[in-house]
Amino acid sequence: MQQVFKRPVSLKDVQTHFCPGCHHGTIHRLVAEALDEYGVQQRTIGVASVGCSVFLYGYFDIDVVEAPHGRAAAVATGVKRARPDSFVFTYQGDGDLAAIGTAEIIHAANRGEDICVIFVNNTTYGMTGGQMAPTTLVGQKTSTSPYGRNQSKDGAPIRMAELLAQLKGVAFSARVAVNSPKNLMDAKKQIKKAFRYQVEGKGFSFIEALSACPTNWGMNPLQANERVGSEMTDYFKLGVFKNVENL
Amino acid sequence: MSKRLFVKGNEAVAMAAIEAGCRYYFGYPITPQSDIPEYLSRELPRLGGEFIQAESEIASINMLLGASATGVRAMTSSSSPGISLKQEGISYMAGSELPGVIVNISRSGPGLGGIDASQADYFQAVKGGGHGGYHIIVLAPSSVQEMYDLTLLAFDLADIYRMPAMILADSVVGQMKEALVPHGRPDTLLPAKDWVVRGKGDGEQRVVKSLYLGDGELEAHNWKLHAKYRELKEKEERWEEFETEDAELVIAAFGSTARIAKTAIMMAREAGLKVGLLRPITLFPFPERAFAALTQRCKRILDVELNTGQMIEDVRLSIARDADVFFYGRPPGAGSLPTPEELLEQIRKYC
Repeated sequence: MQQVFKRPVSLKDVQTHFCPGCHHGTIHRLVAEALDEYGVQQRTIGVASVGCSVFLYGYFDIDVVEAPHGRAAAVATGVKRARPDSFVFTYQGDGDLAAIGTAEIIHAANRGEDICVIFVNNTTYGMTGGQMAPTTLVGQKTSTSPYGRNQSKDGAPIRMAELLAQLKGVAFSARVAVNSPKNLMDAKKQIKKAFRYQVEGKGFSFIEALSACPTNWGMNPLQANERVGSEMTDYFKLGVFKNVENL
Repeated sequence: MSKRLFVKGNEAVAMAAIEAGCRYYFGYPITPQSDIPEYLSRELPRLGGEFIQAESEIASINMLLGASATGVRAMTSSSSPGISLKQEGISYMAGSELPGVIVNISRSGPGLGGIDASQADYFQAVKGGGHGGYHIIVLAPSSVQEMYDLTLLAFDLADIYRMPAMILADSVVGQMKEALVPHGRPDTLLPAKDWVVRGKGDGEQRVVKSLYLGDGELEAHNWKLHAKYRELKEKEERWEEFETEDAELVIAAFGSTARIAKTAIMMAREAGLKVGLLRPITLFPFPERAFAALTQRCKRILDVELNTGQMIEDVRLSIARDADVFFYGRPPGAGSLPTPEELLEQIRKYC
């Protein structure tokens, strides 16, 4: 009998702490598959951020450095410059990357650091209990926007994939989702492409992965999954916003 | 013998960093330390190293964190307001047990303050300037030669104890030019860096982190860090004594202030006054034993600082009630650097 599906080598054989219906586990798997695909697990240094994804080292069988909140792109810069032969990726949430870490991500991207950034956008601060994030949709109620996000006071949600695509140092920028088999297959393709760019030394690559957060959205997993495919993708369009190979 | 050079203190720091094998520097411009990044931006690329002018002090300390986690020798430098911004990263480096050298050519404050020589960052440097309760190694050079020597030492101590080490100086020592005799790194036995991230290869996963959530883990981690601070106190206290043998009054001063005090002491000795100097070279660990021993024979200490009184707290703790401690301070700012004559006047008050 032929085995056609198995756990990626880069993932540990453990259960995650993620809530039911959360997309982190799926995105972890896609990242691990990409590490396996290019055979870079043994020379990979992952940079964990602060938020639900901080336990990266508990799930990936790779070396990991834990960064302070928002600073993953700066830590990754130090790692990659000191060890240019290593494969370096960060894995950050929306509060981490698009609020407190905005300066670090923009400048790492602008310098064209040869790293990959996995940005998980679930429109909320998950670990701290569902507060308003820079990506919270207008009108969305959270524990710190109880009347809904008000654009005139809170600003509009930031579209990071489009924003970073403007910078010359960025080789690849795409937004993906894992809410349906079709989107998941495309996400897998884009993550692999982003990783290939680092393997080939093409520069900074950025993947924004939309994720459900049923617990903090007050939804069941199916409703949350549905929201990703409707409300979220209406505002956060899926697609490739920058690809140096097409320029 | 090496040739004598005539260089600035800041340049001596940069030269020593290169001699120490540091090939990675991350920083942000701020007066009065910009000679350091300027020197290294020129020299490091020639040596196959990396110089990054970061977007902020916060980014530079985190680049240092990342580079250090891979095992290389790396450095950042700044001045007081910038060092404040780095405190988050320094706390994480202390928690993650990462070596690294941080240079503070401090300026006056609080807030934007001014660019004049200052010793007002003493508390921030020696008491753990960020959150969570930790210490870093703090070395206080008072000459251009010491800027060089102590930078070499800082890299070694940081590696031996797996913790950040700081050079705490000011513009008097940083901007001043005097003779320097550069020399090679000391032949210090350094521990193997068997903890660095490098890509796991066929080995076990390695993680550099400061998060400990398991029952009792963080408490144990804090005691482990504390044990290192005790070991530092036992093994690494450094100080200079000048004319203390028969002194009836000893000035306690570090860095730039100690230089001025030395001149004042020489003037006082000429006038027949029995005055000496005890200059802490390591501010953490503070040379407690030197002060304790001194007060067996000298009962009057005059603490002099460019602030309203910070190191004096450690002086008092070191001597218990064995001596009287007096204070003369000039809060930092334009025109506040004391002259030797001014210090002589203070000496006369207590002799």
